[in-house]
Formats: sequence, C-alpha cells, structure tokens
Amino acid sequence: MPTTIQRGSQFELDPGKPVRRHPVTEEVIQPLHTISLLVRNKPGVLVRVSLVFSRRGYNIESLVVSPALSAPGASEISGDFSRMTITCSGDPDTLEQIIKQLEKLIDVVHAIDHTGQSVIESELALIKVTIALKERTEILQIAEHYRAKVVDYGSESMILRVEGETDKIDAVIALLKPFHIAELVRSGKILMVRGSLTT
Amino acid sequence: MRCLEREGVELLFGYSGGAAMPIFDALVDSTVKLVLVRHEQGATHMADGYARATGKPGVVLVTSGPGATNCVTGLLTALMDSVPMVVLTGQTITSMLGKDAFQEADVTGITYPVVKHSYLVKNAADIPRVMKEAFYLARTGRPGPVLVDLPKDITQGPCTAPMVDEPISLPGYHVPGRADPELVKKAAAYLAKSRKPVLYIGHGAVISDAGPAIMQLAEKLQAPIVNTLLGKGACPEDHALHQGMLGMHGTAYANKTVANCDLIFAIGARWDDRITGKLSEFCKDAIKLHIDIDVAEFGKVLRPDVCLAGDARLVVEDLLPLVKKCDSADWLKEIGTWRKQYPLKYPKKGGLRAQYVLDRLDKLGGRDCIITTDVGQHQMWAAQFCRTTKNRHWLSSGGAGTMGFGFPAAIGAAYASPGKKVWAICGDGGFQMTLAELATAFLSKLPVKVLIINNSYLGMIRQWQELFFDNRISGADLEGNPDFVKLAQAYGVKAWRVKRAGDVDKVLKAAMAYDQGPCVVEAEVVKEDNVFPMIPAGAAVKDMIIEKPKHRMEKPQGST
Ligand SMILES: Cc1cc2nc3c(=O)[nH]c(=O)nc-3n(C[C@H](O)[C@H](O)[C@H](O)COP(=O)(O)OP(=O)(O)OC[C@H]3O[C@@H](n4cnc5c(N)ncnc54)[C@H](O)[C@@H]3O)c2cc1C
Ligand SMILES: Cc1ncc(C[n+]2csc(CCOP(=O)(O)OP(=O)(O)O)c2C)c(N)n1
Ligand SMILES: [Mg+2]
Repeated sequence: MPTTIQRGSQFELDPGKPVRRHPVTEEVIQPLHTISLLVRNKPGVLVRVSLVFSRRGYNIESLVVSPALSAPGASEISGDFSRMTITCSGDPDTLEQIIKQLEKLIDVVHAIDHTGQSVIESELALIKVTIALKERTEILQIAEHYRAKVVDYGSESMILRVEGETDKIDAVIALLKPFHIAELVRSGKILMVRGSLTT
Repeated sequence: MRCLEREGVELLFGYSGGAAMPIFDALVDSTVKLVLVRHEQGATHMADGYARATGKPGVVLVTSGPGATNCVTGLLTALMDSVPMVVLTGQTITSMLGKDAFQEADVTGITYPVVKHSYLVKNAADIPRVMKEAFYLARTGRPGPVLVDLPKDITQGPCTAPMVDEPISLPGYHVPGRADPELVKKAAAYLAKSRKPVLYIGHGAVISDAGPAIMQLAEKLQAPIVNTLLGKGACPEDHALHQGMLGMHGTAYANKTVANCDLIFAIGARWDDRITGKLSEFCKDAIKLHIDIDVAEFGKVLRPDVCLAGDARLVVEDLLPLVKKCDSADWLKEIGTWRKQYPLKYPKKGGLRAQYVLDRLDKLGGRDCIITTDVGQHQMWAAQFCRTTKNRHWLSSGGAGTMGFGFPAAIGAAYASPGKKVWAICGDGGFQMTLAELATAFLSKLPVKVLIINNSYLGMIRQWQELFFDNRISGADLEGNPDFVKLAQAYGVKAWRVKRAGDVDKVLKAAMAYDQGPCVVEAEVVKEDNVFPMIPAGAAVKDMIIEKPKHRMEKPQGST
C-alpha cells in the first residue's frame, strides 16, 4: 500500500499506445485497466464492489468471479474467498480513488491495478457467424490462423471458440465482422502477474 | 441482548414493530435501557449525538420496512461525519425474504451506500460473531455506521451459540496506528523550513483526542491553528494561536492565514470543498502535510507532499520530539493585524440579532455546555460566536448537513453525559423536522435546552437567493410557523420567548438554571440577515465577501 503519493498521477498512461476502438461499433473507448481483487465470499460483496464503480461513473467492461485459494498462500479452496478480475475504462485519477475505495471495503482483502505490469492474461470468446457457402474457407482460414476452434459446424452457421489476449480476440472479431456475426459471448479477461508478485 | 451487554451498551434508541418484537421482548429482561423515540430518524440522530459526545457507538433498534428506511438519513449523516453507530433492523422471516412479505424491504440493499459495513444474519448461530464484528468495525479505524439486519425467525431464538472470545478475523480490514517513521521525519523537515505554517485541525483530531498533543505542537512550533466546523473543540478556540474556523463561513483571518501560508498541515481533516473552494487556487504553492487514518483520503482532493497514515494523536506525538520553534514571529504579527482589521462583527442596531443571542450564550456559560446545532445560518453563527474549548462539546452535522439533526442529537448527548447541560441550537425550519422528540425529551427529564433561532425563513436558502439569485425568494418563506412556546408547552416543556436584546441575558440565565428537565427558548430575530464572511461556493479566498455586497453577484460555480 503506497503511503506517499507524489504530485502527478500514479497511473500515467502509456502515451505511445494507439486509441482503442470497440471491435463492433468502432467507437473510441478509454484505455482499459485491469484490477484484481481478492474478496471474502460474503453475500453482497459483488454489489459493494460494483457500487464503488457506478458511483463514480466508471464503466465496468468485464468482470470475472471465481473461487480462490482459502487464504493468500494456502493450497486448498474452501469457498471462503473469491477472485474478481475487473476490466474497466475511465480516467486514471478516478481509477486511483476507486482502487482505494475498493481496498477500504471490509470484504476486500486486496485490490491491485495491473496496468503496466508484466502479466499473463487470457480471455475466451464464442463467436457465432452466419455463413454463406462460399465464405466457409475464408472463415476457416481466419480460425486456423488464430488457433480458434470450430466447436459447432452447421449448414447456416458455425461457432468458433478462441482463446487468448484481449487484443487477439478483438482482432479475430474485427476480421469476422464482414461475415455477419450473429452472436458473441466473451468470458471477460482473467490475468495473473508473472514471477513472485501478487495478483 | 447479551451481545449488546457484553459490548458495554447501556442504552439504545428504538421504535418497535412486528419484525423487531422478539428483540424488544428480550429488552424487558436486559440491563440495556430502551429510549423510546417518536420517529426512527430521531433515534439515529440520538445515537449519533450519543456517539459524538462519547466516542462510543450509539445503538439503534427499529423494525423492518418503513422503520428501517426511516433510518437512512441518520445513516448518511453518521457516515459522512465518521460517527460510530450500530443500527439493528428487524426483518421478515428468512423463508419469506424476497417475496414481498409484509413490511419487507431490502434494507441491506437500500443502505449499501450509507454504511461502513452491513450484515444480513441468516443463521442464529452467527449472531455473537456478527455483533462483535459490528461494534468493532463501527468504533475502530475511521469510525462509521454498521447495520445489522435481523430476520424475525433468527431473533426469535433460542440462540445457543456461545459468545465469541477469539479475536476478530477480518483479513480485509486494516487499521493504521503509527505512521512510517521516515515520513514523520520528512514532515518534521518541512516544518523546520516553514516560516508561515498553519495547522488545519479536523474531526479526526476530535475522534482521536489529539488536542493536547496538537497544542504542544502548536506551541513548540509557534504555529497558528484553524479548525473545521467538525474540528471545533479538539483545540481550545480561545487560545492565542487559534484563529477559529476556516472555510466558506470561517473567520476572515483564518482564511487569510490559510491563503497566505507556506505550509498547511491537515490533522484529521479531509480538504472538504467548503474549505478548499476553488481547488486550483487553494494554497497553490504551500507545502501540504496530511495525517489521516483513512488512506483513501490521500490524493482524493489534492496531492499532499507528505501523507502520514495513522491515528492523529499517535502521529502528532511521534512528531513532537522532532520539531522545534519555527521562525514565525513575523507571520504571527501579520495574522494579528488581520484579526484587528477583520474581526467577526454584526450590526448592533435594527432588532434582535441571532449573532447577539449566540454571543451572549457563549459568555453566559455556553463553553461549559455541550452544544449541538441544526443546519443553516444559525449553525454558522453558532460556529462563529460559540467558541468551543473542550473536546466532544460541539456536535454538528457537517458532511451531510442534515436538517433535523440538532435537537435529537442533543437528547443523545444528554443521555451520554450525565450532569452536563446540553444546548441544541436550531433554526425554525430544522427544528420542525424532528420536533416530535419533545415528548422523548420531556420523559427523559434531561437538561436539554433548545434555542430556536426563529427568522421565519429557511434563512440559509434565503441568503443564497438574495445574494446569487437576484433576491428572487423561492420556497424559503416559513409563513405558517407554529407558536413555538405554546408548542413546547403542549408537550409539558418549559418555554420562553425573547424578542428584545435587553431580555436575552435574563432568559438565557433562566434557561441555564432550569433544572426540571428540557426547556425551549425561542429567539425571534431579524428576518433577513446574512452570514458573513462568506466565500461563495467554488470561489477563492480573494473573493471572500466580508459584508453585504453592493453589486450583483453571479451564481456560484461550486457544487453547493
Ligand atoms: C451549511 C454548512 C456550511 C458549512 N460551512 C463550513 C465552513 O465554513 N467551514 C468548515 O470547515 N466546514 C463547513 N461545513 C462542514 C463541511 O461540509 C465538512 O463537513 C467539514 O468541513 C468536514 O470537516 P472535517 O474534514 O474536519 O471532518 P470529517 O469530514 O469528519 O473528516 C474527518 C477526517 O478525519 C479522519 N479521521 C477519523 N478518525 C481519525 C483518527 N483517529 N486519526 C486521524 N484521522 C482520522 C477521517 O478519515 C476523515 O478524513 C459546513 C456545513 C454546512 C452544513
Ligand atoms: C433535510 C434537509 N433538507 C434541506 C436542506 C437544505 N437546507 C440547508 S439550510 C436550509 C435552511 C434551514 O432553515 P432553518 O432551519 O430555519 O435555519 P436558518 O438558516 O434560518 O438559520 C435548508 C433548507 C438540508 N440541509 N437538509
Ligand atoms: Mg430559519
């Protein structure tokens, strides 16, 4: 927990980064941040966490909740603790305040912003495309290139399952857009910090 | 009930109803005393006043549905001002939860944003642990209200679970105590270099009883002190180094001190917008040091040069041996000239002035009493003219600015402080929001003395409309006010009315001496008076208005 904060934000964004656009609507979206929470698995904890965001007008893009090890360092899963991985967008100063307000919640054991850290991140997407006969090969080529698996193959539609970093999934979706995406379900990002640092 | 007794609870403020009946039944055999209020909001403010006067959590017990929702304002008031409180709400039986049962409300859901933490107990065996945690959370760290929602089948008992003796395990809750010694050294180094320091004292100093340590610091450094509305009482306001309250309606010399300092040291204060005004101009070049027990306050409003996370008293005590006298003689002289140039003043002619009444109250023994206030002009005048010299002797709703707070808070404070006289300074508007508690006060026989500053207006609103809205008065005229003296008498409460300056001392002395229970003094004051100095919301100290401006003013840019 930082005890001194110098003038200027802790969460300066990388100025060299290109603007992010929504893969489907192509609207410009604010840079994404990913926050990991270790929380006590108590009723209401999800509401408390989401209120911290909504009260400050921050937009949660994705949220993944999963069972965690029973205590930091323990090896079993007792169901007492959960992990939340949240991606969100908004201005960095507000984000700093959000992290601190999350830390303040009694049921939150820790809240860590991973912007700029060396991390392993992953996301899963299921993409249903409606297909005309002559488009099949092209779609399969895209799938092959991105190691997406065809998990359902019908006469009018197919479902691809693709796993990887968010940028990669955004790219697949962008490529498939001309072929009419009928449905899209993404798992939301999960992430883990490399090395001995805590996620 | 036994959990409450174990937490040292002597009394609670409550109002019954179906879902709370088993708990009220248990009260019959308990050492915990029940104060029956007339409205749940009153119960929360009484518990709040009790807590502010003692530092111990105030306890509220109400029923489900409307009983619980009537507590929301009280929860917000306590949360905004960091007041420890435990609110127990009855709830429908667990099997009916979520089925629109009679008087069911999703009380934990409704109150998430206004509590420090809350519980919905679904298992009787959890009661001892939850109660222990609730009191611990309410009281420790940055204090705040904790709500416990108790379904009726859970409280119907029997609860055979043993009391919890093991230490509380809350892995997500950390209370800082002493600050990092390196940072304390850094703060001392900045103080050593300062020529124009000022100590900005807030409610955190009251909460941690840091006053004596801060006075040593101020005297050692020879640094002037200012305090917030809620910081009143931590350090005696009649001390030579003390410049009174800062902020929107603070003294001109306190605000000039802050505007011209080269170092400002916040001790348990959170840079509220009623203090900083226009942020980009607030102490632009001054070094900022900040002690707070809540690390989320660091960098929330502005970025201090040193942030000391810890309890105000402990941190100041650690700092004391590291500091020596500042070279501040010229600075104190400069402040002295501001004091002479811009004293607090008000017109002596043209009818009875609220300022005069409050000034006299201060002179006639007000400083030995606990003073609570409601919200509005009278609150600001009381803050200016009733100087507070003792810790926990000034109770006022600052962050939420809740009208209706003053009177019930005084009842709570009187319960908390046997032998102390308690004055509630209320406006004619705010008093009417919770006046039903006259019955509670009457039954208590407590020495609660209500001073109603009756200007027949929502005065603070009228002032803004006069100054910033071209005097277009809208929804501020309180025509139809009752006869407050007769009203009090109807409750069996002794009451006086005062209309002339010449009668003020006589009536205040009589009220001060009255020992048969609560009493009411209604002061009929000038209707259209304004609180000055005033820094318009969102403006800078240089825009401070010392007296009524001759020209038209723009609408303020700040929030409120
Ligand atoms: C009509 C009206 C006018 C007002 N005008 C003014 C005005 O002119 N001037 C003014 O000052 N206020 C004014 N106020 C009040 C203002 O809105 C704020 O409520 C007030 O300034 C906050 O004071 P504070 O920061 O001291 O207290 P709080 O808001 O209670 O903050 C206390 C701080 O201390 C910290 N703390 C708690 N415990 C400890 C501990 N043990 N150790 C260290 N830190 C601790 C908390 O974390 C918090 O950050 C006005 C209010 C109203 C309704
Ligand atoms: C519950 C609530 N409603 C509205 C307000 C807005 N408000 C602030 S001061 C004020 C006027 C208070 O009038 P009165 O109690 O007569 O006190 P005066 O200003 O006249 O001294 C109002 C309406 C408030 N603070 N609280
Ligand atoms: Mg009034």
